[in-house]
Amino acid sequence: MTTAGAVKAAPWRDPSARPYVEVERVTKSFGDFKAVDDVSLKIYKGEIFCLLGASGCGKTTLLRILGGFETPSSGRIFIDGEDMTGVPPYERPVNMMFQSYALFPHMTVEQNVAFGLKQDRVPKGEIAERVATMLDLVKLGSFARRKPHQLSGGQKQRVALARSLVKRPKLLLLDEPLGALDKKLREHTQFELISLQDQLGVTFVVVTHDQEEAMTLASRIGVMNQGEIVQAGTPSEIYEFPSSKFVADFVGSVNIFEGKLLEDEPEYVRIASEELGGTLYVSHGISAAPEATVWAAVRPEKVFMSTAQPEGTDNVVRGAVQDIAYLGDLSIYLVKLPTGKVVRVTQPNTSRHAEAITWDQQVYLTWDSTSPVVVTR
Amino acid sequence: MKRTSYWRRFGITGRGLVVVLPYVWLLLFFVVPFVIVLKISFSDIDLAIPPYKPLLEWVGENSLAIKVNFNNYAFLFTDSLYLNALLNSIKVAFISTLFCLAIGYPMAYGIARSKPSTRNVLLLLVILPFWTSLLLRVYAWIGLLKANGVINNVLIWLGVIHEPLSLLYTPFAMYVGIVYSYLPFMILPLYANLEKMDWQLLEAAEDLGCRPWQAFYKITVPLSRNGMLAGSMLVFIPAVGEFVIPALLGGPNALMIGRVLWDEFFSNRAWPVASAVAILLLIILVPFMMWYQSVQARESAGR
Repeated sequence: MTTAGAVKAAPWRDPSARPYVEVERVTKSFGDFKAVDDVSLKIYKGEIFCLLGASGCGKTTLLRILGGFETPSSGRIFIDGEDMTGVPPYERPVNMMFQSYALFPHMTVEQNVAFGLKQDRVPKGEIAERVATMLDLVKLGSFARRKPHQLSGGQKQRVALARSLVKRPKLLLLDEPLGALDKKLREHTQFELISLQDQLGVTFVVVTHDQEEAMTLASRIGVMNQGEIVQAGTPSEIYEFPSSKFVADFVGSVNIFEGKLLEDEPEYVRIASEELGGTLYVSHGISAAPEATVWAAVRPEKVFMSTAQPEGTDNVVRGAVQDIAYLGDLSIYLVKLPTGKVVRVTQPNTSRHAEAITWDQQVYLTWDSTSPVVVTR
Repeated sequence: MKRTSYWRRFGITGRGLVVVLPYVWLLLFFVVPFVIVLKISFSDIDLAIPPYKPLLEWVGENSLAIKVNFNNYAFLFTDSLYLNALLNSIKVAFISTLFCLAIGYPMAYGIARSKPSTRNVLLLLVILPFWTSLLLRVYAWIGLLKANGVINNVLIWLGVIHEPLSLLYTPFAMYVGIVYSYLPFMILPLYANLEKMDWQLLEAAEDLGCRPWQAFYKITVPLSRNGMLAGSMLVFIPAVGEFVIPALLGGPNALMIGRVLWDEFFSNRAWPVASAVAILLLIILVPFMMWYQSVQARESAGR
């Protein structure tokens, strides 16, 4: 997982940096249902900001509010310092790439890309030049005269991208930009998208339900649930330091053990977990009431599995291998504890002739005291 | 199995029957009547039953003479009545088509953009008039348009006018009747076309700088072109030959080719001339029908 994008300096850590896009306490209700619920967000120039969430979480509505297709019920939107809240889409310095691509079927690739420039009464010579440059950039120069129905999915996606970029918007909105592409093409296009964004320096807001896509593309991710942004941060922050059970569970896979705080010291905590059938020792303090119910989240790749008993009693548990999935580069083991809880473990297949652990074998599981993340909600 | 192979021996299969059926239908109800009309159009008028002379005649013992008479066609071009009626019919059909398009497009658009539940009700309302006979519906317009009819009474009651307007038996009444009767034929193909439209295209156009009316003009209109053409042909083609509506609403001055045909056939008993008129009308309409067919083919091929 790489963190890419034009932003290297992390302006979100700098309190004096001026946000480029500011969403200020925006709520959008449809009847009784709040699709977007009191969302505030600051996005900086040159970022690729991903809105990540399951379908129906409000991410697309938020994107459409940024594009001007929906008016917020309350709250305000600023783009480059200007209040854009009630401004219609045709007057916003914002372009959108639609999930369905929405290419005009009666126009050629060239006419599609030129459409927005013609609408702005850009001189003819300049239109031709900018369209040609843009088509070259997305490697579709030789397809200029084709109609959309003569293109493949990947080509349509690039026409849609060219059409939304050719107007040099301040902000580009992408709704599931790679959703319709197959896996190989998707991976390839992700990196193309990043390098294109790097070259043009346009700020991107991407909506996706695919956490891998968000991880690859984003400078920062905003995880959404039920209309709210539950956590915003860099991909590694989201993955390694989830702030809630929901985020830990939604991004990547995770083992979550419910437990009670036994000892709560500034430099460590000890948690008794019935689910685990043992205690967890975590080498960082948390802020929670004594004896509070907490959850310790351990990523599957941070769990070690062995047939020999490790030393110590904390962070060690015994179980039987219930299921194995061989994925080539790594294997996933599901280990059933005596308490009935199933723990997910991934191990890289570093050797071709490793002594294989098989079904029903008794194994010990252990992890570093730095690995678990303790969350209180 | 045995039965099938029995029929198969004579080349009769289920698939063959399905294909042959429409051809048989067309042969019986189009080609045969057409040939009869064509034959009559080339024969001489006669005071007999039927009122024309046969094309084929035995002269002497063993010789069969074919007598092809082009006079009926020549006659159509010598008397300006026929050409005027034809041109007038085309003009009336054309203007009616424009009105149907102007009224039908917003209606089809409205239906296509309404909620699916209301959509079915609206479509039903468009089709509903077909449940009553055309003649009754046209008669109903007489009741609405006549001097002491509903429209005049309401206008007088409102104080807009003091004397009843003479609406009935005017070109206005005829246009009202034709547009009213043919409107569903415009709305239905247009609706079928607009209903397939991807409305996100309009959002995309607005996103690229179009005001809503520009998006409509640049995206919706060109994409519904085939629907407009199909609807226009479905109105124009039958409206050219329309007889009932001009006769009932248009008064004695409504010179339409359908009316002329009727008069020749029933009043003058000039079957050969009437047949020639019918053939001429058909020849004029064939290009429009072929155009309509090609539009339909393009539509189903997905542009």
